Amino acid sequence: MNHMLAVLEKQVKDTLKNKTVFIQFIMFPVLTLIMENTVKIEGMPAHFFANLFAVMYIGMAPLTAMAAIISEEKEKNTLRVLLMSNVSPIEYLFGIGSYIWTICMAGAFIIGLGGKYYGAFLLRFLLIMAVGILISVLLGAVIGIRSKNQMAATSVTVPVMMIFSFLPMLSMFNEAIEKIAQVTYSYRLHMLMNQMENGKISAESLVVIGLNMVVAMVLFGIVYRREGLAK
Amino acid sequence: MESAISVLDIGHKFENRVVLEHINLEIAKGEIFGLLGPSGAGKTTLIKLLTGQLKPVTGRAVILGRDASKLSGQDYSQIGIMMDHFGLYDRLSCYDNLKLFAKIYNIPKEKIGEALERVGLADAGKTTVMNLSKGMRSRLLFARALMRSPSILFLDEPTSGLDPLTAQELHKLILQQRKDGVAVFLTTHNMAEAEKLCDNIALLHQGRIVEQGSPVEICRRYNHQKKIRIHLQDGTDMELPHDKSITSVLENYLKKGVLETIHSTEPNLETVFMELTGGLNRL
Repeated sequence: MNHMLAVLEKQVKDTLKNKTVFIQFIMFPVLTLIMENTVKIEGMPAHFFANLFAVMYIGMAPLTAMAAIISEEKEKNTLRVLLMSNVSPIEYLFGIGSYIWTICMAGAFIIGLGGKYYGAFLLRFLLIMAVGILISVLLGAVIGIRSKNQMAATSVTVPVMMIFSFLPMLSMFNEAIEKIAQVTYSYRLHMLMNQMENGKISAESLVVIGLNMVVAMVLFGIVYRREGLAK
Repeated sequence: MESAISVLDIGHKFENRVVLEHINLEIAKGEIFGLLGPSGAGKTTLIKLLTGQLKPVTGRAVILGRDASKLSGQDYSQIGIMMDHFGLYDRLSCYDNLKLFAKIYNIPKEKIGEALERVGLADAGKTTVMNLSKGMRSRLLFARALMRSPSILFLDEPTSGLDPLTAQELHKLILQQRKDGVAVFLTTHNMAEAEKLCDNIALLHQGRIVEQGSPVEICRRYNHQKKIRIHLQDGTDMELPHDKSITSVLENYLKKGVLETIHSTEPNLETVFMELTGGLNRL
């Protein structure tokens, strides 16, 4: 626990000075506040920008941050030093993962408030965000563990991030894309956000999200067992 | 003397390229041991094998009674490692870099200031690592390696690329470790540094140890000339055979009061290394 907190504290300080990662965390919450308060188009669904930016946030911030942090530590050998200092790989991953999850949840809270979700709806919105961020953290960890350095991580992160961030939005314009998007957690989370106010929660969406979570966990397990953190 | 590091017939290769063969070493507690060799000789690979970062293909190493390839977190608490490729957190300050490890090692915060002071970085505590010079980074790495008061210290080319003054400061710190009973294993390609610091050395060439012993012993062993060089007050330099006849010659010059200096003609480590490796000039 002490090691995990040490890693977490280090990461907080590091993020404040790491513009690349820091921008990821604040970009969509700020965009939500601006767009929800300035753009009013007749016929536009409620919480339109909040929901849209929320899924983009899920697909982008935790995934890229996790992959970037792990791959940077691998590249600069700080991870090896930590592991040789009695910090277990699990403590490290929990430290970084819980930090990213928490800071993204803070971002999600701002997006929720920006989208004028209050009370029970805000809690539901945050629950949806919590699940999505967790899946993205796992996928980011998979990329980070697999990559030898930041450049290798970026080359994988960008297309994966684009798929999960933009498919929900692009599926609005094209049926073929929508069919593909239906198997992704970000699309399904977007659906849940849109459905939660009328109370009609799609069971199919829950199953797809659950399956995405299982796939992310299995992928993480396989990559962690094969690659480990120390290699 | 009690052994801190035992290297037992270690060999290693990367794919099909043999990088180390039949390495046998014994390093006692409180000893400074230097592994010397040109770049690419296998020095860093051996440190990685001894610190469990790599597993040897053949043989084994024993560190404080434990197999080096099976070192646990507890074992690492007795080992300090300073390697150039061992990173620091560039965006954090010197103080915060050490604070992270103080937390991990359960070391009181007060020790961080002491560690920084010991390596002469007391005034640079708030400086971000990315703004440090190479010498300051080396000192910070050294401070981190010393934080747990280790029993063994591995230093991989600790003064490489440093100015003479900073290197000298680091030498003092290394020599202090010997006084504290720490076994120091250092690699270097700087022969003069090894002669100055090390109790014992091994010369590594193409993955094999070609000579080992104390620097003085080795130099004496390769003193083939057995001559003494003298310098007279009139500027004359002479080389005299180191045998019985030398006594009368020296007495003569001493009586006349013209003898200024007497030098031995033992080779230095660099010359020995050149001889052993067939005149390699890439030290």
